[in-house]
Amino acid sequence: MGGRDTDIVLLDENGIRCDGRKVNETRKVTIKAGVLKNANGSAYIEFGDNKILVGVYGPRDVHPKHMSDTDTGILRCRYHMAPFSVGERKNPAPSRREVEISKVIKEALEPAVMLKEFPRTAVDVYMEVLQADGGTRCAALTGASVALADAGIPMRDLVAGCAAGKAADAVILDVNNEEDQAGQADLPIGYMPNLKKITLLQLDGILTPEEYKQCIEIGIDGCNQVYEIQKKALQDKFFANGEKQ
Amino acid sequence: MSSERKRHVIPGEVITSGPYRAEQNTVQVGENIVSTIVGLSDVHDGSVRVIPLTGGYVPKDDDLVIGKIVSHSSLSWTADINSCYVGMLPASDVFGRDYSSSSDDMTAKLAKGDLIAARIVNFDKTRDPLITISGRELGKIDSGELVKISPNKVPRLIGKRGSMIQMIESSTNSQVTIGQNGLLVVSSDDPNGLLKAIQAIELIEEQAHVANLTDQVKEMLESKSE
Repeated sequence: MGGRDTDIVLLDENGIRCDGRKVNETRKVTIKAGVLKNANGSAYIEFGDNKILVGVYGPRDVHPKHMSDTDTGILRCRYHMAPFSVGERKNPAPSRREVEISKVIKEALEPAVMLKEFPRTAVDVYMEVLQADGGTRCAALTGASVALADAGIPMRDLVAGCAAGKAADAVILDVNNEEDQAGQADLPIGYMPNLKKITLLQLDGILTPEEYKQCIEIGIDGCNQVYEIQKKALQDKFFANGEKQ
Repeated sequence: MSSERKRHVIPGEVITSGPYRAEQNTVQVGENIVSTIVGLSDVHDGSVRVIPLTGGYVPKDDDLVIGKIVSHSSLSWTADINSCYVGMLPASDVFGRDYSSSSDDMTAKLAKGDLIAARIVNFDKTRDPLITISGRELGKIDSGELVKISPNKVPRLIGKRGSMIQMIESSTNSQVTIGQNGLLVVSSDDPNGLLKAIQAIELIEEQAHVANLTDQVKEMLESKSE
């Protein structure tokens, strides 16, 4: 993937990117936990210009019944983009891309969520992208893990997501839409910061072994930064007003 | 043994390391004991647990729960007990051992929508929890107001050795049946007392994390008693 031709200067001579960030800087991330009343757990995340709402239901009865597993609970994820989330109207029917992202997010959350504690049940995670600007899968994953913690589903660790990539021949952190379209590579990472384990790793583009190592390194660094914000979101919701004796 | 101060923890956070037993809502990861849930850590007598601040009700043997009958087969009723598992109430529990599906009418005793106070007899996650309504304080609930709170706040509502709930009951002249699953039935002959008891319960639900809550509730109960 050589990248699409573009007029945008992805990286200027001072090492500043098209949206004013440095190469190893993430976009501004804000997370709010517990925003929906009717869901068991929820979170709203803004990851730069990405805006995603996540609702978690469960553990609850599995329907259809044949999907239930007597040994363990099951995790079901739905990633969906609202028709108004992108410039041109997006057909609200689930696209091939959304099915793929739902699957990879489910697999990125599974190592963290302790579903064995609730056999014969299901945990449903609904991620609704309200506004997209590149890197929605990492943002959705980050929000989903906060919503799961908010729902009180036991987890070994939170999962933080952040992408690394390559644009204008430089390794960059947290790829935005322009850099994704015109850049050379995009490498989303899902990471459990306390267990120090990677749960999601995809690569679109071409990287040399050295660049790849560099991307992983700064990507994990980005995940750690995102993790601090996740932590704060949960602390704000549960521990903000008044201490228990 | 020393007991450390309670600490706020989130999933993945290391509570302590060393020779401790990992109990409720914790896992051992190498040397460390890690929380799996948002809550308050409690290190006591060589064991570590986390008191949850969120999450649903998981049935436990001998718990008193309040349930709503949702359906019945020829041999048992199923009751919604505000959990991810439904309660199974065998017909023989109500009709006795000589129950016969052809001669006894199950809907005459308990119909769909009826509320029951039940006790969990047996639960091990491989099957739905078995419940019973034979026993003192158990059975069909005929009157009262149903109030729903978070199951995690039930211990707070009861208070130390029942102090909180006793205070509410005596000052509002009402009776509160507390299900461990977060469902409560409040009944009283005095409509004002009933309203005040419900208000007090709602206050506890909202302010569960605040220290000296008992004083606040007391103040609230007394303020409107003129």
